[in-house]
Amino acid sequence: MKNRIKTLLSNNKKGILSMYFTAGFPALKDTVTIAESLASAGADIIEIGIPYSDPVADGPTIQASNTVALKNGMRLSMLIEQVKQIRKTVDIPIILMGYINPVLQYGIEKFAKDAAEAGVDGVILPDMPMDEYLEHYKKLFDSLNLSNTFLISPTTSEERIRKIDQVTDGFIYAVSASSITGAKGKFEKQQLDYFDRIKNMKLRNPYLIGFGISNHDTFSMATKYGAGAIVGSAFVDLLKNSKDLKRDISAFVKSLKNGQSH
Amino acid sequence: MKYTVNAKGYYGQFGGAFIPEMLYPNVEELRTKYLQIINDPEYQRDFHKLLKDYVGRPTPLYLAKRLSNIYNATIYLKREDLCHTGSHKINNTIGQILLAQRLGKQKIIAETGAGQHGVATATVCALMGMECVVYMGKVDMERQRPNVERMRILGATVIPALSGSMTLKDATNEAMRHWINNPTETHYIIGSVVGPHPYPDMVSKFQSIISEEIKKQLQEEIGNSFPDYVFACVGGGSNAAGAFYHFLDDEHVNLVAVEAAGKGLTSGESAATTALGKPGVLHGSKTILMQTDDGQVVEPHSISAGLDYPGIGPMHAHLFEGGRVKFISATDDESLKAGIELSRAEGIIPALESAHALAGLSQFKFEKDDVVVVNLSGRGDKDLETYIKWGKY
Ligand SMILES: Cc1ncc(COP(=O)(O)O)c(C=O)c1O
Repeated sequence: MKNRIKTLLSNNKKGILSMYFTAGFPALKDTVTIAESLASAGADIIEIGIPYSDPVADGPTIQASNTVALKNGMRLSMLIEQVKQIRKTVDIPIILMGYINPVLQYGIEKFAKDAAEAGVDGVILPDMPMDEYLEHYKKLFDSLNLSNTFLISPTTSEERIRKIDQVTDGFIYAVSASSITGAKGKFEKQQLDYFDRIKNMKLRNPYLIGFGISNHDTFSMATKYGAGAIVGSAFVDLLKNSKDLKRDISAFVKSLKNGQSH
Repeated sequence: MKYTVNAKGYYGQFGGAFIPEMLYPNVEELRTKYLQIINDPEYQRDFHKLLKDYVGRPTPLYLAKRLSNIYNATIYLKREDLCHTGSHKINNTIGQILLAQRLGKQKIIAETGAGQHGVATATVCALMGMECVVYMGKVDMERQRPNVERMRILGATVIPALSGSMTLKDATNEAMRHWINNPTETHYIIGSVVGPHPYPDMVSKFQSIISEEIKKQLQEEIGNSFPDYVFACVGGGSNAAGAFYHFLDDEHVNLVAVEAAGKGLTSGESAATTALGKPGVLHGSKTILMQTDDGQVVEPHSISAGLDYPGIGPMHAHLFEGGRVKFISATDDESLKAGIELSRAEGIIPALESAHALAGLSQFKFEKDDVVVVNLSGRGDKDLETYIKWGKY
């Protein structure tokens, strides 16, 4: 099976919209509904968060969604079953993003195998050290055609960005600011300088910009630089308040891409 | 030394630096510079001068005769409670503030449980004229109120951590988030031997002054630098790391770590990490932690805010796994009783954390000439409200 992320990113595709949400939030079974709605609304990548009790890189919105999801009874093994169900109708790339401890307890090897088998294309584990990955897991991930995404931030050195680029086969996640996750309305000049800097590095992998992308303005600005952008907190906020997931998701995705008010 | 950190930042299978990329430059800067800085003779001179003139070191090693009679042993108390600010925590904050200065940092953040590390951090920030923000769980702010006000008097900003069980783990999460948001000019003074490499090694080196002094003092006192036993309580494990450090390779010295059993090991309200936990990753290092089979960190419980933490430092995880240190636990009640016992026998009211170390004594059968050192990590003033609420004295 070809990796859907690589297929999507081939041919220099631009304007990619990746949507992040927490599995099992607002309700346990919403994971499937949300993923299906995203795919039919025209999102390009689905990024599903594995809930964790101590998400240190996340702001209040995603923290709260993690807490609710865990109270709902969400767990990693259940998420993998949900992905299988999503795969019955959805064919866009699916990425699982989460902190390393739940994955360690599941067993990283078993996780990689089960996730790939369920139809997951990529994994983002922000607190997995690069050396650890290269030494112990890269071979396995490669053999399963599972792509692993590393983060970079404004304080990441050029040397390290080059190294990350070298060991990545998929895309790089460019965190838009020195910050935890959270929706913001616009970018500061120094963020645009940083996007420029990465753009000028002519990396071999495309990069998607995430953290602080919340509306059409920030999405279209980010996609002037990167191949795409990732929307998280703003989407989780919308889910929290939604009375009609399908309708609201469709409107939100359209507004992000096209700028219609929503 | 067989129990110290290896070149990759590991103690056996434990340790490492499991941090999001946003923190990588900060931690990497520390990792590449800390040894060079702290081994510099000028740094060492400043560090030891402050420990002597400002902290009041060396702290006494006191022969507790009446306590010795109760337990039929020769018990010495290492009086870390007599350090300036009332606990061992200041050994580390002096070390780290001098390091932060040499790294050119202007702002300091810290987490605190009992408030002792927060106070020790606020103190060194006042001393050096640096800005200080301390995160503290809301529950801990209530049960250690005097320390909250001490930090404020010293000029620090105390921010309540409102997530999870609103205790030390959550305060640590908030401090890490603050560091992610403010990466360049801020140094994070972690208060125990936890966190990503090089923190556990760095903090144990700063605290190792405790066992360095014990050795010298015992030599003077009894003509032999090796005790038969060393007892210390373990939250994250910094006072224990300091008290054990220079004895680790001397296998004839029995090292005993006392964890907080809370309301009992099987009560569901406990903080006895080695009894209830298994290997996992928390706050940047692989260690032993209390967690569900799905890898969610379990909310701990202890009457002692400083021990109310679901993990231990990676060095302790390694010492536990290899059997070098014996890990036992004491309940809330046993510790409160031990605290009152010391107050009555020796006229010293211990911190509730240190009371756990004392409560460990009754689980051993000693010979009269066994030399037992108990690390009295802090004084009990901050815990008066808890002692009063308990009321059995
Ligand atoms: C007096 C005292 N002892 C012990 C501890 C526990 O920390 P550690 O295990 O790092 O020594 C604390 C923490 O606040 C404390 O205040």
